[in-house]
Amino acid sequence: MTSVPVDEPTNTSMSQTESPIAIAPSAASRLRERLFQVLPDIVLPVITLLVVLLVWHLIATNLGGGIPGIGETWERGVELLSDPFHSNGPNDMGIFWQVLYSLGRVMAGFTLAALVGVPVGFLMGSSAIFRKGWAPLIQILRPVSPLAWLPIGLLLFRAVDPSAIFVIFITSIWPIILNTSAGVVAIPNDYRNVAAVLRLNRIEMVRHILLPATLPHVLTGMRLSLGIAWMVIVAAEMLTGGIGIGFFVWDEWNNLNVSSIIVAIIIIGVVGIILDLGMNMIQRRFDHSQR
Amino acid sequence: MSAYLSIEGVGITFNPRKSPTPALVGVDLKIAKGEFVSIIGHSGCGKSTLLNIVAGLLKPTLGGVFLERQLVDAPGPDRAVVFQNHSLLPWLTVYDNVRLAVNKVFGKTRGEAERHEWTLHNLNLVGMSHAIAKYPSEVSGGMKQRVGIARALAMEPKVLLMDEPFGALDALNRARLQDALMGIQTTLRNTVIMITHDVDEAVLLSDRIVMMTNGPAATIGEVLDIPLDRARKRLDLADDTTYAHCRGEVLRFLYARHRPADADAA
Repeated sequence: MTSVPVDEPTNTSMSQTESPIAIAPSAASRLRERLFQVLPDIVLPVITLLVVLLVWHLIATNLGGGIPGIGETWERGVELLSDPFHSNGPNDMGIFWQVLYSLGRVMAGFTLAALVGVPVGFLMGSSAIFRKGWAPLIQILRPVSPLAWLPIGLLLFRAVDPSAIFVIFITSIWPIILNTSAGVVAIPNDYRNVAAVLRLNRIEMVRHILLPATLPHVLTGMRLSLGIAWMVIVAAEMLTGGIGIGFFVWDEWNNLNVSSIIVAIIIIGVVGIILDLGMNMIQRRFDHSQR
Repeated sequence: MSAYLSIEGVGITFNPRKSPTPALVGVDLKIAKGEFVSIIGHSGCGKSTLLNIVAGLLKPTLGGVFLERQLVDAPGPDRAVVFQNHSLLPWLTVYDNVRLAVNKVFGKTRGEAERHEWTLHNLNLVGMSHAIAKYPSEVSGGMKQRVGIARALAMEPKVLLMDEPFGALDALNRARLQDALMGIQTTLRNTVIMITHDVDEAVLLSDRIVMMTNGPAATIGEVLDIPLDRARKRLDLADDTTYAHCRGEVLRFLYARHRPADADAA
């Protein structure tokens, strides 16, 4: 009997060694394959992290100068994060509250900026007169560090909290205005023609064409704004004081708790990533061009 | 004869102040109700400009367009346009793209359920009932164009304007959509103006072919009647002498008498 059943080629040991692909992959081999795919995503960052930690360690042990060691910082981090919710008066609050106060200011300023910036952006995008009138002013103000506005805020509001919110407002508004107006300008002529043939009135035009067509640009502007706002709030709080992650950094510097500052830097970074991921999720949900 | 749609002495000049370029000069055309007219010509001969004038998207500098003796001076759903690149709104589903038009045109005259039925009816007409919940980005180019046609048909236009509706499609898809359009046309008997640069498409679909001379200052060169019976079959016409004759007439006009401006170099 020499005839081999055609539909069972994997039974022979020959084909097993020669073409392992023909075998139905076992769970273990599939797992291994998957592991090899994600490995670079894990291994490479880990290598980078180790290099950075090594450099840090070398600096801390050899140069000294008050740079805390890795172990010391780790202990401080555990200490700060093990009790993030404590609140013994305004001068002694947990790291969670510090972050929350900062986030609150960012959100307040950012929301105000969106409320003002989106309509202004729409006006600038749809009216050449408005655009020509306002563009030069915006071009001059946009590159100014938002912190330069802090004294103006203090003068106007005579209180630190509204001043910090004012700084975030100024920070956030330019990207929102510019992206919104760019979005309105970029609406394809085809959509306008469709609207014209359908005889959409002004309100229908805004609702069915203008808003949905511009939304991706608006969200991009908001995402940029939020990222910058989170950077600026740290600096603003260093100047204004009070409760907040920025002032926490400054306060720990005054107490020469450098390990706390390093922990705070990492926390600020993580919160920034979370904010960006949140905006990314909103974009994916509402942005038709990312569907 | 009082025509259904009448284009009278239409001319348009772009940039009238800085560097006047006459695009169209003295275009006269009368179209009867239920007639399918193709406009053919080389690129840049102002075919699309003429269609946009009929649509009301462009205003002519001279002359005017009359639909049922009314001057056309603005775009409107009575002259629905099927755009070359479908122009579906990407944030609306296939259904909602058509429904938006239905709501706008019949919002006051028809009830909710009736408008829903009418939307589905028109999507069914173009063979798109299976994809009503999909977004335009999720369907093929041919399907997008079908939805564009459904949207235009759903407006129950007096004149259906089509701007190279199948120009962006591959040959097989184009043939399928042409057949679908012919099928719809036999039942609905719409008045249609279609821009094309495809000679076969023009002969196959039209009652009359309007041939345009080259721009600038383009105008109508010749008008050719297509005396073929309706319910035309693509395959039957392949060896038809009348079909071949009409095709030859258009080709001679385009390539013997009115060669494209840059063809001499080639």
